[in-house]
Amino acid sequence: MTLSLEQVTHIAELARLALTDEEKERFRDQLSAILDYAARLQEIDTSAIPPMANVLPVDTVMRDDVARLGLPPEQILANSPDQEDNMFRVPVILE
Amino acid sequence: MTELTELTIHEAYALLKKGELSSVDLTQAYLDRIDVLDGRLHAYLAVTSDETLEQARRADERRAKGEDDPLLGIPVAYKDVLCTQGVETTCGSKILAGYKPPYTATAIDKMEARGAVMLGKTNMDEFAMGSSTENSGYGVTRNPWDTERVPGGSSGGSAAAVAAQMATAALGSDTGGSIRQPASLCGVVGLKPSYGRVSRYGLVAYASSLDQIGPFSRSVADAAVLLGAIAGHDPQDSTSVDMPVPDYIAALTSDLKGVKVGVPKEYFIEGIDPAVERIVRAAIDQLKELGATVQEVSLPHTDMALPVYYLIAPAEASANLARFDGIRYGPREQGDTLWDTYCQTREAGFGPEVKRRIMLGTYALSAGYYDAYYLKAQKVRTLIKQDFDAAFEDVDVIACPASPTTAFRIGEKVDDPLQMYLSDVFTLALNLAGNCGISVPCGFDDDNLPVGLQLVGPAFGEERILRAAHAYEQATEWHKRVPVLSG
Repeated sequence: MTLSLEQVTHIAELARLALTDEEKERFRDQLSAILDYAARLQEIDTSAIPPMANVLPVDTVMRDDVARLGLPPEQILANSPDQEDNMFRVPVILE
Repeated sequence: MTELTELTIHEAYALLKKGELSSVDLTQAYLDRIDVLDGRLHAYLAVTSDETLEQARRADERRAKGEDDPLLGIPVAYKDVLCTQGVETTCGSKILAGYKPPYTATAIDKMEARGAVMLGKTNMDEFAMGSSTENSGYGVTRNPWDTERVPGGSSGGSAAAVAAQMATAALGSDTGGSIRQPASLCGVVGLKPSYGRVSRYGLVAYASSLDQIGPFSRSVADAAVLLGAIAGHDPQDSTSVDMPVPDYIAALTSDLKGVKVGVPKEYFIEGIDPAVERIVRAAIDQLKELGATVQEVSLPHTDMALPVYYLIAPAEASANLARFDGIRYGPREQGDTLWDTYCQTREAGFGPEVKRRIMLGTYALSAGYYDAYYLKAQKVRTLIKQDFDAAFEDVDVIACPASPTTAFRIGEKVDDPLQMYLSDVFTLALNLAGNCGISVPCGFDDDNLPVGLQLVGPAFGEERILRAAHAYEQATEWHKRVPVLSG
């Protein structure tokens, strides 16, 4: 098994997923199988090969700094599960 | 007379232009058919009936005032991964239940500017992750050719809607085959444009370096019109390329004289359905009869595309889907702390395949594993692109199957993610390399299930693949077969 239950628990924390114990076991097995399959990449010598993040050259695009209207606050907040005084309401962060 | 819902864009356009058909009548015919059939097929997540007919009325008015456009008044469907202002857009996910975007995707804006009429939003694998539409949070879509089978995915709703004549055409998105594979399994035309050809603004991101929006249609000429409508630079997407959009219709010819077609030996491998191989090889012989020269080519790193894709796409997905936290939109599972709220909202909102890919991507990007998995995959991605670049020095177009099998049974692969991932083994590499590809109907197996011929072009070589696909389609009758359906 490529992954341990402890590793799966750690990844779930990083990914902000409150997985059940059953899900952790299933993902340990399934992700291990996928990673074992992916191990075939190690057969290829890539020491002289540059990595590719995107097929196109990714350039920073500049535009003129011209003021323009954004969306109105009520439209931005329209989908929010909880709001107050034109703000998103969230649970307490600091006690 | 032909049923109105059987008409292609070009056929409907001819009638609309002559005044023999109104968009309202055409649109109503589709709404009636959706009403009869979609309870069983479930291609749509939402049908926007009233607004749809209002758009059709406006299209008729525009035509009456002298406007003339092949898309004016044509009823189409949009995959639910494309944002539509004020119309619920869920991406097939519970985590976006009730979400109404404050803006519309550029591709849809362009369709609407041309006068296309929106019938509704189509079902899909959650966040476009899947090959069968079984990963939708809102139930599976059924294949119109055999309702016990999947339509493919992730754009299964768009493919099924076009195949079942519940839309003249549709838009989908393709990250690893999500247009071409369902097009193949549903017997319609599906085109994935080159990376950068179509703006991704308003396309909810799955894997940003791979995602592209493209059309489904019942003819290649229709796909050419749709691509022409949605292609082009958009200041809202810095990866949309600023180069002219050609007249794709002008590229279509009835013969293939002088066209060099490459057949990659690595695409006819063990595991491919023998009927698919036989039918696709016969289609390649037909290309030869149309005047093309056919030669073998090699894409040596083909068997690496699947592992590369399933590291890069989940890695990008894990970052892209971090935004879904129940704070600014979507349902919230209130926990004791903010941390708990995040974790419980995401646990409740995402389905199994999305969680699996978020986990896989998070792992591939995590400290200690980044070099071995993510960086390694990015390097092999370079080799996969170099394979295609070398092949396109010798040939104009590459021909191969779009899917290793015809439509499989609902439930057949849901418990084995790796088997499901193999459904995209012939489509993934193109996304990694940024090429364009089209699937065009090329025959049926013994169970009367459609098979698709995939034609691949270099980046921004859409005219080549449209030309080859059109010539093939005009010389064959496959695209004229329709599934037999009753309510």
